[in-house]
Amino acid sequence: MKMAIAKQEVRALSGDEAVAYAVKQSDVDVVAAYPITPQTIIVERFSEYVHNGEVDTEFICVESEHSALTACLAASATGVRTFTASGSAGLALMHEILYVTSGCRAPVVMAIVNRALSAPINIHCDHADSMVERDAGWIQIYVENSQETYDSVIQAFRIAEDPDILLPTMVMLDAFVISHTLESVKVLPDDIVRKFVGTRQIPLVKNHEGKLVPFKLDPENPVTMGPLDLYDYYFEHKRQQEDAMQRASQKIKQIHDEYGEITGRRYGNGLINPYRLEDAEIAAICLGSTAGTAKTVVDQLRAKGVKAGLLRLRAYRPFPAQDVTKVLENVKAIAVMDRSHSFGAYGGPVFHEVRHTLYDAATHPQIVNYVYGLGGRDMPQTLIHEIYKELQKILETKRVKKPVRFIGVRE
Amino acid sequence: MTEAFTSRKYLRDMSLPFCVGCGCVTVINHFLRAVHELGHKDLSKFVFCSGIGCAGWIPSPYFKADSIHTPHGRSIPVATGVKLLRSDLNVVVFGGDGDIAGIGMGHLVHAARRNLDITVVMVNNMIYGMTGGQVAPTTPIGTKTTTTPYGSFEQPLDVTRLVVAAGASFVARWTTAHGEQLKESLKKAVATKGFAFVEAVSPCPTAFGRRAGFKDVAETFRWYRDNSVPLEETEKMTVEELTSKIAVGEYVDRKIPTFTETIFKTIREAKKSEKTN
Ligand SMILES: Cc1ncc(C[n+]2csc(CCOP(=O)(O)OP(=O)(O)O)c2C)c(N)n1
Ligand code: SF4
Repeated sequence: MKMAIAKQEVRALSGDEAVAYAVKQSDVDVVAAYPITPQTIIVERFSEYVHNGEVDTEFICVESEHSALTACLAASATGVRTFTASGSAGLALMHEILYVTSGCRAPVVMAIVNRALSAPINIHCDHADSMVERDAGWIQIYVENSQETYDSVIQAFRIAEDPDILLPTMVMLDAFVISHTLESVKVLPDDIVRKFVGTRQIPLVKNHEGKLVPFKLDPENPVTMGPLDLYDYYFEHKRQQEDAMQRASQKIKQIHDEYGEITGRRYGNGLINPYRLEDAEIAAICLGSTAGTAKTVVDQLRAKGVKAGLLRLRAYRPFPAQDVTKVLENVKAIAVMDRSHSFGAYGGPVFHEVRHTLYDAATHPQIVNYVYGLGGRDMPQTLIHEIYKELQKILETKRVKKPVRFIGVRE
Repeated sequence: MTEAFTSRKYLRDMSLPFCVGCGCVTVINHFLRAVHELGHKDLSKFVFCSGIGCAGWIPSPYFKADSIHTPHGRSIPVATGVKLLRSDLNVVVFGGDGDIAGIGMGHLVHAARRNLDITVVMVNNMIYGMTGGQVAPTTPIGTKTTTTPYGSFEQPLDVTRLVVAAGASFVARWTTAHGEQLKESLKKAVATKGFAFVEAVSPCPTAFGRRAGFKDVAETFRWYRDNSVPLEETEKMTVEELTSKIAVGEYVDRKIPTFTETIFKTIREAKKSEKTN
């Protein structure tokens, strides 16, 4: 049965405001956060909601990001809904607790405004901060604009808290380009969001005495979380996290679909967002806001008869390997765009993942890597055209001259 | 005759980044005057460490000197490393109250406990200035900030008293309205052997003053003057009377073994006993 699309109101919201608005509607119990440019507006807007009495959230202005995530982890362990936001140095400072959160299977939701890491100090966008955390056991979703930011934060609560998943989830939005840019954002009525996110369902687990109890800290049914776990069971617990990640792929799609039924908005299948790929011979792959510019370039090329397409990865963890392979099945030359670099590695992290995924592809596409936009360096259409021009050359010569390249940088 | 003071002599030829009326500029002037009066013709005997925040920009990159700009809250551990390697130099940290007493609080207490021979100048504007005015651990109760739009409700921290309790050699607190005293304390702090801490209560018209209800910096200065109480007088005051007052003065100036003295002595003795073994 098809559901009717809900009536939505258009609001002028920046990416940061879209996050705060989504959190406001998602019935969150505890928010703990520390300010960092360009995430600060999320915290400021949300504190207004708290102090205006528009939400029932307990909001704690903690003394560091380390404390912010720790407070959220602990609150989440009691079975409630929690949220925090950070980026750059703040996310780096959370590193230790990121692993504790995923290991405790605490479904904290966090918005990350992607910002370069020090040194030197830079407040602008690149993906270094969240890329280094890709192994921390968090679901990672990269968005393209403010609308998708709003939609994804709401979906994130459902994904993270699903009793089959129980994995913390971060939603990444690009510094300034999304976080500070005012857009028309369609928002759902409060009651529809509340219904969509629902109340957190707590699965049952066996306690130390072998009794089935809700998986939360509760003096009525005490359990111990995060204790010593050596070579006897640690490995199994890590394996369970991986299994949950694998299950999450399907769940992200399903929740994205369910949400799409209500809003009429979809971002590909929720994991990947292809653009004009159906008959494409050449394609670029990217994350985040760059996709907006790249789509314009694809349209321009298409108008000239070039069979160009674009693939935006929305989910980065779990990595949608099967979907990527399938959607690129007929593409012959691919440019992977990385907005961060793994120093000393053979290319950037997205390149590693994509090239490795396509190793077994029957068509053996040619793949080139472009590291771009570090520290907020602009990625204009002209540079994206250069990338597609190179792809056309690769298509002709069937050869990648230099697989790892840097673009838009003084050499 | 000594050369006339000009702060330009110690500053790179760059324009400073601070807002009009920012107390950081006043702190720069008093610090450089203190340096001048101590007889330093340049800053070659100094290393400056700072974290992130407006006050962190005081030395970096504006002072004509070696300076390291480090992550938010981490200037004191960096200063520890610098001092242990170059104990001949004056290692000075500049930072905001958020940087030094919020996110970096643990380091402050431990450096004071060790009596590490560095100088820490904490510019206390009672707010997170650089990020646009969020509540800080030093924000007075009832202050409107961007994260407490109807007034902050947490007990602020008296950082100066905490550093005294932790064991520092020299501790003083003034406001930027106490120019001469601030400069004299900065002189003593730099000359101190051991951990020296100076809190400079300082206006931030942009992120604090506006929301806290101060018309301009002049009004903030008047507020500082009217609400500052000399330390000696605070003994007779009740806790209630002291709330929302700024107790100014030199809190301690004591000779106690410093970290570098003890650590180098321990190393010397260990080496000696190795030889005799
Ligand atoms: C780990 C980390 N968290 C947060 C920030 C963002 N940030 C930059 S400056 C600052 C606080 C500034 O306040 P304060 O230290 O009091 O200095 P002021 O700007 O008021 O002089 C914050 C939170 C950061 N740079 N690094
Ligand atoms: S925001 Fe405040 S502390 Fe920062 S430069 Fe402006 S006045 Fe100074």
